[in-house]
Amino acid sequence: MIEKYAKSLLQWQVQVLLLVFIGVVLAATGARNLTFNNDYKIFFNKDDERLLAFENLQNTYTKNDNVLIGLAPKDGKVFTRETLAAIEDITERAWKTPYSIRVDSLANYQHTESAGDDMSVANLYENAKNLSDKELEKIKQIAVHEPLLVHRQVSEKADMAAVNIVIEIPPESDMTAIVPEVVKHVRELKAYINKTYPELAVYLTGIVMMNNAFAEASQYDMSHLIPMTFLMILLMVFLLLRSFNGIIATMLVIIFSIITAMGLAGWTGIQLSPPVMSSPVIILTLGVADCVHLLSTWMQQMRSGIEKKAAMVESLRINFGPIFLTSLTTAIGFLSLNFSDAPPFRDLGNIAAMGVTAAFLFSITILPALATLLPSNVKQTDEESRMKNIMVSFSEWVIAKQKILLMSMATLALVLIALVPTNTLNDIYVDYFDNRIQFRTDTDFVVKNLTGVYFIDYSLDAKKPGAISEPEILAQIEKFSEWLRQQPEVIHVNTISDTFKRLNRNMHGDDQSWYRLPKNRELAAQYLLLYEMSLPYGLDLNNQIDIDKKSTRLSVTMKTISTQNILEFEKRVDAWMSANTPLIKSIGASPTVMFAHIGMKNIISMLTGTTVALILISIILIVALGSVRYGLLSLAPNLVPAGMAFGFWAIIDGEIGLALSVVTAMTLGIVVDDTIHFLSKYIRARREQNLSAEDAVRYAFSTVGVALWVTSLALVAGFMVLSTSSFELNAGMGLLTSIVIVFALMADFLLLPPLLIKLDNWLSNENK
Amino acid sequence: MKIITKVAVPILLSIFAVSAMAETAEQKGLRIAKEADAYDRGFGDSTADMIMTLKNRAGQTSTRKIRSKILEGIGDGDKSLSLFDTPADVKGTAMLTFSHGLKPDDQWLYLPALKRVKRINSRNKSGPFMGSEFAFEDLGSQEVEKYHYKYLREEACGKGWKCYVTERTPAYKYSGYSKQIGWIDTKEYRLVKVEFYDRKGTKMKTLTSSGYQQYLGKYWRPSVMSMQNHLTGKSTVLRWSNYKFKTGLSKRDFSKNALAR
Repeated sequence: MIEKYAKSLLQWQVQVLLLVFIGVVLAATGARNLTFNNDYKIFFNKDDERLLAFENLQNTYTKNDNVLIGLAPKDGKVFTRETLAAIEDITERAWKTPYSIRVDSLANYQHTESAGDDMSVANLYENAKNLSDKELEKIKQIAVHEPLLVHRQVSEKADMAAVNIVIEIPPESDMTAIVPEVVKHVRELKAYINKTYPELAVYLTGIVMMNNAFAEASQYDMSHLIPMTFLMILLMVFLLLRSFNGIIATMLVIIFSIITAMGLAGWTGIQLSPPVMSSPVIILTLGVADCVHLLSTWMQQMRSGIEKKAAMVESLRINFGPIFLTSLTTAIGFLSLNFSDAPPFRDLGNIAAMGVTAAFLFSITILPALATLLPSNVKQTDEESRMKNIMVSFSEWVIAKQKILLMSMATLALVLIALVPTNTLNDIYVDYFDNRIQFRTDTDFVVKNLTGVYFIDYSLDAKKPGAISEPEILAQIEKFSEWLRQQPEVIHVNTISDTFKRLNRNMHGDDQSWYRLPKNRELAAQYLLLYEMSLPYGLDLNNQIDIDKKSTRLSVTMKTISTQNILEFEKRVDAWMSANTPLIKSIGASPTVMFAHIGMKNIISMLTGTTVALILISIILIVALGSVRYGLLSLAPNLVPAGMAFGFWAIIDGEIGLALSVVTAMTLGIVVDDTIHFLSKYIRARREQNLSAEDAVRYAFSTVGVALWVTSLALVAGFMVLSTSSFELNAGMGLLTSIVIVFALMADFLLLPPLLIKLDNWLSNENK
Repeated sequence: MKIITKVAVPILLSIFAVSAMAETAEQKGLRIAKEADAYDRGFGDSTADMIMTLKNRAGQTSTRKIRSKILEGIGDGDKSLSLFDTPADVKGTAMLTFSHGLKPDDQWLYLPALKRVKRINSRNKSGPFMGSEFAFEDLGSQEVEKYHYKYLREEACGKGWKCYVTERTPAYKYSGYSKQIGWIDTKEYRLVKVEFYDRKGTKMKTLTSSGYQQYLGKYWRPSVMSMQNHLTGKSTVLRWSNYKFKTGLSKRDFSKNALAR
């Protein structure tokens, strides 16, 4: 049947080419629907409970999306006329940022003090150029002793300051639409500062800048990784085939596959995100294998003197089955990513599956059509037989050392698998970007010198309207705030209890002994009313107190700590609040919390995904190999590599997160290819040619050994390119996948043959 | 001489006439504002009850009840007194405002728990009033001098009314707005709608006033004022009732000493 197909394909090759081309163009038009989603929230399901909690909190108060402009004077002094004047100017300009609803800085900090019998609420300073030395010193003393400012708008050592811009996405818009506008304005502001105040170093961070970094990391990857992979594949195909035709046909197949996959992604409404952007590299890497198998057989045939079309028919006859099978299992592996809890990995899985399927279809249509259309001359090389000889002597060695190999491979596998649990979960989203992305270096500097970018918000709910002024509630808020400040991972606590204490002091002639909470509910409420009535536009308390005055937001800024530590902190807070502040007990919400949980959630959901993929792939293997026992045996070389790789990962890295949790399922479909090739040849030798187990191993090595080496090498190279991504999730995924493939090759060459020989009795008695 | 009177006077007169006709957009805007101001003059004093309902993006609502008294100012801005009935924690709190033209308003707050009157820094009148979407400057007396005006166009504005559309830019420092665009009906000078633009020039809020009723056969007052914030999705609605005019209030009712009562 395949022969018939192949013959008619080569007869109608021009028509086939045209038809495929039309199909590709149709798919490609979907690409115009592709948009880049640069909201970090894309990593979460819309109904993720922690995302919902955070959105609800933001809807009750105001949004947290921000740009933080860190300003470091080169003389290390913030409280000079020049620097303060610059901050005044920058604050004024920051207000012009599109979608800004609030700007906080030293210059517009609403300082309160007692003025006669009244309370004055005013900017901390104005017209900095005209300040006297005495006034400068006074401003400095106020600022460095104000809990609201230290570690937020000014550093403890007074050597760095910040202007924070809060961005509110209008109800009818979204993050993706506004990020470029905001970033453009802020970068222009940075350029202005660089020009006007050369003595100030400028650092840009915050949620909006992070979201922008997602897009920039992807652009970097697009412009660096894809060309690199292409170049590598080109080189590989050339070295392997030394055929101009082969290269052209292969390139066309993989380019068409990528275009088709991305186009279909557009049609199905998939949004682009950094994980999705790794799919072209993956499709490139996987697509090339089909081509290499078909072309190398074709050229072998031609070298033995067969005409090119007949040679291609023969190549299709030999390869159609294995290529179909391996493409199917690879697609299943990728489709199992649909079990992931993070939508971008579901998208990646679907795009890669579409790409692999497209690559299969193009390999059996345009590749033969094109290769045979172009003129070709085949050079005789003896490289192939040399390689084959190496594989034969390699198989002799494996057979000779089978006992030792079985023992040592089993031991190695067990040791490595035993190490798997020593990996720790870690998703530090700031570290998703490496130093090539400026967001990372700027953020690192700001975190080191001024404040944190990790935060957790608590909506402390006193349940009854106006109850935040209740002395009992306020006392618990204060107690909680003070306790938080003693925690080693906490940098800053923004709490309403500080405001109440300050107001009480102001109402008592700025007497420090009155820096304590008001003892009477009405009094507290009325102080707050007076203060609220005195605050200017954009600096109100709506970000801290809900409209019913029954709940208040407490924000904790933290050091950039590991997921383990965040989870541990969460537990500690929960236990402490139950014991000490039950009236205001609540659960923290923030991106930090969301990312801390996503790794584990994803691992659990991917366990199901991997199991489903494993069952499907095993059934396919059992059917394809025509044997339940061989199918079961294949589990060893299919599963062991991932286990070994995660153990090895514990030694070289030890941290797993969101991206790595999808690797097992994803690689399952890839590593199984080697097993299919090896086992099918082995079984054919054992059954059809009645060879002994050892001879069947020799046969398998000599027929597919070289091909397995080459395809594994190509895969490792492709995924190693991915491991150079500027986006950690993609880089980690690439590196770990490469490691899995290396272990898979080891398992197929060193573990599987001894196992086959050892279990030969059990395996061959199946049907008796 | 005769020639001069015969020729020059008509020429001069026609020049004046032309220049009167060629009223600039700014002049026309100012004229409309003055006409509106004059139209409302003579109410003497008024009292009314107001319920303010706040709504946040989560859909949560919260209300405040306020009684308001206004004394028409002659030669200076109006004086107003707001008495807070709810929330319970601020019951008895009273706010006294003396509006002025360009000079910052004077403002005092009486805090019953402290039994003291405190002056409010009214430079900051761009801030929200009791956590609502109304700023002080939206609620205060809209003296003509507080803005520069520019007439834009005339257009239909619902209910078969025609409206003057006028742009006004705050003449006082520390405003939270770069400009406002107002729709005022051409017949009775009722303010139907105002759009507020923030400092960066983005449309930030829209105020719609409806349910206008006429009192003493002359003075129009809205029963509902609804403010929608386009940036944050939050909104505030003011419902007015129980309007009374010429109730016999005097300056003494609008003094710092009167606040405590």
